[in-house]
Amino acid sequence: MSYVADVAALTQKDLRVELRARDTLPAMLLFVLATLVVFHFALPEGTGDDAAYGLLWVAIVFTALLGLARAWVPEHEHGVLDGLVLAPCDRSAIWLGKSLATLAFLLAAQAVALPAFVFFFAPLDATAIAGALLADLGICAVGSLMAAMAAAGRARELLLPLLFLPLAIPLVVGGVGAAISPEGGRYLLLLALYDGVFAVLSWASFEYVVTES
Amino acid sequence: MSSTAASAVRSLPVIAALAAGLMGLAILLSLFVAPEDADQGISQRIFYIHVPIALTTYFCFGLGAWKALLLLWRGDERYDLESYVAIHQGTIFGLLTLITGAIWAKASWGVWWTWDSNQLVLFLTLFLFYCAYFMLRFSLEEGARRSRSSAVYALFGVVLIPISFLAIRLAEDFIHPTTFTREGPQMTGTMFTAFCVSWAAVTLLAYVLYRVELTGKRLQSDLRELREALQ
Repeated sequence: MSYVADVAALTQKDLRVELRARDTLPAMLLFVLATLVVFHFALPEGTGDDAAYGLLWVAIVFTALLGLARAWVPEHEHGVLDGLVLAPCDRSAIWLGKSLATLAFLLAAQAVALPAFVFFFAPLDATAIAGALLADLGICAVGSLMAAMAAAGRARELLLPLLFLPLAIPLVVGGVGAAISPEGGRYLLLLALYDGVFAVLSWASFEYVVTES
Repeated sequence: MSSTAASAVRSLPVIAALAAGLMGLAILLSLFVAPEDADQGISQRIFYIHVPIALTTYFCFGLGAWKALLLLWRGDERYDLESYVAIHQGTIFGLLTLITGAIWAKASWGVWWTWDSNQLVLFLTLFLFYCAYFMLRFSLEEGARRSRSSAVYALFGVVLIPISFLAIRLAEDFIHPTTFTREGPQMTGTMFTAFCVSWAAVTLLAYVLYRVELTGKRLQSDLRELREALQ
């Protein structure tokens, strides 16, 4: 039970920091809305809905990147990560706590972005929304590990998109497929498989990324 | 340098000569012995170089990930350099695959690149992924953390391959010629021999390059240690 309590405490810490500082979430919300408006002008007149679904996924991935780039900044600025690594808890709990907090931000951003997309562009069915939720899990699981790696480097903000975007391609394939394909269920399976495999891999490898020796 | 390492370095020219000979034989077989493809003509002959290079790329990335796994598992720093060199070779062969693939695509499909084939797109994804590996590596300070972060990233790449493969099968494509099917290779005997010799030659070449780079990198780090000891 203590593992769950550790994860809950770490998630709560991130959410509380965000509630007080309001650094990340307002930026993500504004960014995703601004991107949707920019896309309206990027899509030529008469472009089908399919193109709009694709652009929605670009917006989601980039919004997630915005949140992920900020994810480990408080830890690094104040040396919190060293304290967390020294704390008598499983290191993977730090990753899980961060992933859950990032997931909360991303879900909040999508709670605005998806209705805005329906309002501006095209309808979304249940499969498309399920695809978005499944992809969110993968984005946060892989993204928070990549962000932890990038945060230790010299070129933090520059590094994260380079590390993360190639890994996000199957998520985009799954998300767009779930939205536009008549057989969306197969894409949901792909997303679920991705989530399962990469969540286990990230969970198991986080310790190696944050410890010095 | 230990005696086993020294004898390994001595055996390198022999393996290199063997790789060069095999490469010559592969070129002869694929250009002059293998029959011309009825459908694609002369342009099909690039198959004997393109496919072995592509397979070698996957092999190098796989080897890099295997060494990365060994590093995380056993904690031996020696695997860090081996993993890095394997991935470096994989990236070089990956670039060659993209170039030879583009030439073949231009000759047989009339375009340099097509987004319709998921196989191409996913190869590009993997190539980009491993290019980012170098960005990560050169951004981190040398030490245990760098070798472990690089190892974790290298492992992610290999997991990305089957997931990508599933995505290929999911989005069915009809454009990329599928030479190997479940019923076995769709080639004549001579073609298959030429292909196998080319494959062996390219794999051996990759192995020689891997060993040369590894020896060079190890000498470099030994030299640095000696210099530091002298100062």
